[in-house]
Amino acid sequence: MTSIGTGYDLYTSQFSPDGRVFQIDYAAKAVENSGTAIALRGKDGVVFAVEKIVTSKLFEKTANKRIFTVDRHVGVAVSGLLPDGRALVDTAGGEAADYRANYGSDIPLKYLSDRVAMYMHAYTLYSSLRPFGTTIMFGTYDKEDGPQLYCVEPSGVSYGYWGCAAGKAKQAAKTEIEKLKVQELSCQDLIKEAAKIIYMVHDEVKDKMFELELSWVTEATNGLHERVSQTVQDEAEKFAKAAMEEDSDSDEEDMS
Amino acid sequence: MAFPMDPFSCPPLWTGGPDPSGYYSFPQIQSRNASNFKGVSAGLKPQAHSQYPITTGTSVFGVKYKDGVVMAADTLGSYGSLARFPDLRRIIRVNEHTVVACSGDYADFQFLQEIIQQKQIDEDINGGGVTMKPEALHCWLTRFLYNKRSKFDPLWTTVIVGGMQDDKPFLGYCNYIGVAFKDDLMATGIGMDVAVPIMREVLDKKGVNEFTLEEAKDLIRQCVRVCFLRDCRSSSRFNMAVVNKDGAVVEEPTVVDTNWDIAKTIKGYE
Amino acid sequence: MLGLSSPLMPAKPALPDYSAGAGPVEHRFNPYSNNHGSVVAIGGSDYVVIASDTRLPSGYSIMSRTQSKLFPLGEGGRSVLGSSGCWADILTLTRLLETRAKMYWHEHAKPMSTGALAQMLATILYSKRFFPYYTHNILAGLDENGEGVVYSYDPVGCVEKFKFGAAGTACSLLQPMLDNQVGKMNLAHGNPEAQMDMEEALNLIHDLFVSATEREINTGDSIHFKIVTKNGIEERTIGLRKD
Repeated sequence: MTSIGTGYDLYTSQFSPDGRVFQIDYAAKAVENSGTAIALRGKDGVVFAVEKIVTSKLFEKTANKRIFTVDRHVGVAVSGLLPDGRALVDTAGGEAADYRANYGSDIPLKYLSDRVAMYMHAYTLYSSLRPFGTTIMFGTYDKEDGPQLYCVEPSGVSYGYWGCAAGKAKQAAKTEIEKLKVQELSCQDLIKEAAKIIYMVHDEVKDKMFELELSWVTEATNGLHERVSQTVQDEAEKFAKAAMEEDSDSDEEDMS
Repeated sequence: MAFPMDPFSCPPLWTGGPDPSGYYSFPQIQSRNASNFKGVSAGLKPQAHSQYPITTGTSVFGVKYKDGVVMAADTLGSYGSLARFPDLRRIIRVNEHTVVACSGDYADFQFLQEIIQQKQIDEDINGGGVTMKPEALHCWLTRFLYNKRSKFDPLWTTVIVGGMQDDKPFLGYCNYIGVAFKDDLMATGIGMDVAVPIMREVLDKKGVNEFTLEEAKDLIRQCVRVCFLRDCRSSSRFNMAVVNKDGAVVEEPTVVDTNWDIAKTIKGYE
Repeated sequence: MLGLSSPLMPAKPALPDYSAGAGPVEHRFNPYSNNHGSVVAIGGSDYVVIASDTRLPSGYSIMSRTQSKLFPLGEGGRSVLGSSGCWADILTLTRLLETRAKMYWHEHAKPMSTGALAQMLATILYSKRFFPYYTHNILAGLDENGEGVVYSYDPVGCVEKFKFGAAGTACSLLQPMLDNQVGKMNLAHGNPEAQMDMEEALNLIHDLFVSATEREINTGDSIHFKIVTKNGIEERTIGLRKD
C-alpha cells in the first residue's frame, strides 16, 4: 500500500491517479484478517468449511457462527467482518423471500448472488458509504442444474467457481483446493478434504483456538442446506488430524 | 338514461335487467352494479377495498380427540353459485405439529398461506430451536385479520388452526373480523349450523378424553357428508387432516359415500 | 322502490324492473360483529363478585359454549374486567390492557390499582371515539381500603363508579333487579339498611342469570364467577340452560 497518505484513499467515490479505489482494497484487507473460509463444488453438491477463530474461552460454543442458511436450499459462508456478513445474509434472505413471493419457486442461485453483488457494488459508489468488509460464498444443489457455487467479493464482483477460499490463508487454501479433482469427488469425500484444508492452513502460532464449522447442500440432503451431523463432523476432523500427523511424520523423515 | 351519441358505445344490454356479470349470485353484488358512483369523477373515486369474496370455499370442520385433532374441508372452489374449481386444497400443513384450514375467499387464503409458509421457512433457516406452535400461529392470525379489518380492507376468510400444543391437542377459530375462540370442536360457515350440533351431541356424551382417532374420523366424515347433502356450495370430495404426537398429515382427497338408488324410483322426469 | 311515481321521479317506461332496488345503494363492509354476553358485578365491604355467561354467539349460531368474558388484569392485582359486545374488539382491548398493566408493573414495581385501571380503560376507549371498540365493560376490583368497587362504561369511555352494575345483552333485565335487591331502590318491603354478604351476592347473581337466560336467547350455557377478596381471586362455574 504505497498509497497511504496520498489522499486518494478516503472515499470510494474517488479513484487514485493509477485507477484504483483504495477503500475497496482496504475492505479486501479486512477479509484477510478473518479466519479462512472455503467452499468446494463436487459432483453431487457443495460443501462449506470455515475456520472459526475463537478469541476467548468465555464464548459459548455456538457463538459467532460464519455459516448461514439464506433460504432452505441456499448455504452461505462468510469471511471478513462478521456484522457486515450478517447484514448481507439478511439482505440475501430478503431477496430469497421476495423471489418466492413473486414467482412461487426457489430463487436461482445465480440470480441471488447477482442481486447481492449489485447490493455490495452499490456500497462502493458513494463517498458517504463504506464497502462491505466481507467475502460471501453461496452454494446450492438441485436436480436440474446440479451443484452451483458463487463467490462475491467486497468490490461487488461475482463469479461462479468449482472451489473458492477467502480469509487469512486464502492463497494456501486455494493451492490445496487446486490439487483436488473436485469435479469428480462426492461431498462425502469433499467434506473430509475441506476439513483437512482448514486444519492445514490454520496457523496455531498466531491463533491458538479455532473451531471447524462444516455444512453442505447436496443430493443426499435433498437440496437442503444443512450443518453436517456430529458423526460426519467427527469423521472429517479425525481424517484431517490423521492427515496432519502423516504430514508432520514425513516432514520429520525429510529432516533426518 | 341518456345514451352517449357516438356509434362505438353500446346501449345497455338489458335495461333494468341483470347485467352479464351478475349471472352468478355473489352476495351483495347488486349494490355495486346499481351505483355508478355518480357525482364522483373517475380519478377521484375513494379507495375501494374488497367488499365480498369471489372464489370461495365452504365449511371446514375440526374436532379434538384424546391424542390430537382431526380436521376436514371439501375441495370445491365456488365462483358465486358456479362450481368452478373442483380440486382446491383448503388445508395446509405448516409444520410437524400445525395445520391450517380455511373457508371463505380462496385468494385471501393463498395470500395468508404464502405469509405463513415464509414464516415457517424463516424459522427453519434461522433455527434457534423455536418452533411455531399452533397457539402462537392462531394468535398471530387473530392479530393479522383484526388489523386488516381495522383498515377496512379485510381478508374475507375464516380459518381454523389445529395441532399439538406441547403434547396437548389444540383447536382455534378466527374469522375475518378477528372474532376468535378455542374449543374442543368447531366448524365454519354453514357447518356451524349443520355440523356443530352433530359434533356436540357426540362429544357431550363421550368427552374428548375418551374419544378415539377412528371415532373422530367417523364423526368428521359424517359432518362432511351432511354438509355435502345440505349445502349447495359443497362437493363430495374432501381432504382430511390428522395431527397427533406422530406429526401432521393432510391426507389425499376422498369422496363421501352417497346412495342414489332412490333416484331410479323417481318416474316421470325422463 | 315500490313502483310509486311522483312529479320528481316520473314513472319509467313500461320495461320490467328486474333490479331489487332502483338508484345507487352503497354497501359497506361491516367491521363489527355482535357476540353478545352479559356481565354482572356486585361489590361488598370486603369483596367484589363479577360474573359473566359463557355463550359466544354469532347470529343465531352458538360458536362456543365455554367462552368466559372475564379478564383478570393488573399483574397480581385485585381487578377483573368483564366485557361483552364485539368479541374481536374485546380480544384486542383486553390484550392492550394486559400489556399496559404489565408495563405499569415493570415501571412502578407494584400492581396497578383498580382506580388507575379504570381511568386507563376510559382513556383507551375514548382514544377510539371515532372507530370505537364495540365493547360494554364492567371493571370490578378492590379499592385502597379493600372495599369492592364496580366501574361501568359505555363503548366510548364514559365511566362511572358504582357498588354494583350489569352490562351487555341482558343488562336491561339484570340492572333493575340489582337496583332493587342490592341498591335497595324502590324497595316496598325489606330492610333498606341491610348489607349484602358474599354468599347472598353469589346467590343473587345466580338467580339473575337463570332468569335472564329464560328471556334472552343470547345469554346462557353457564355462569363464570370471579370472586375477588384481599386473599386473591377465586373462580366458580355454574351451569345454565343450553337452549
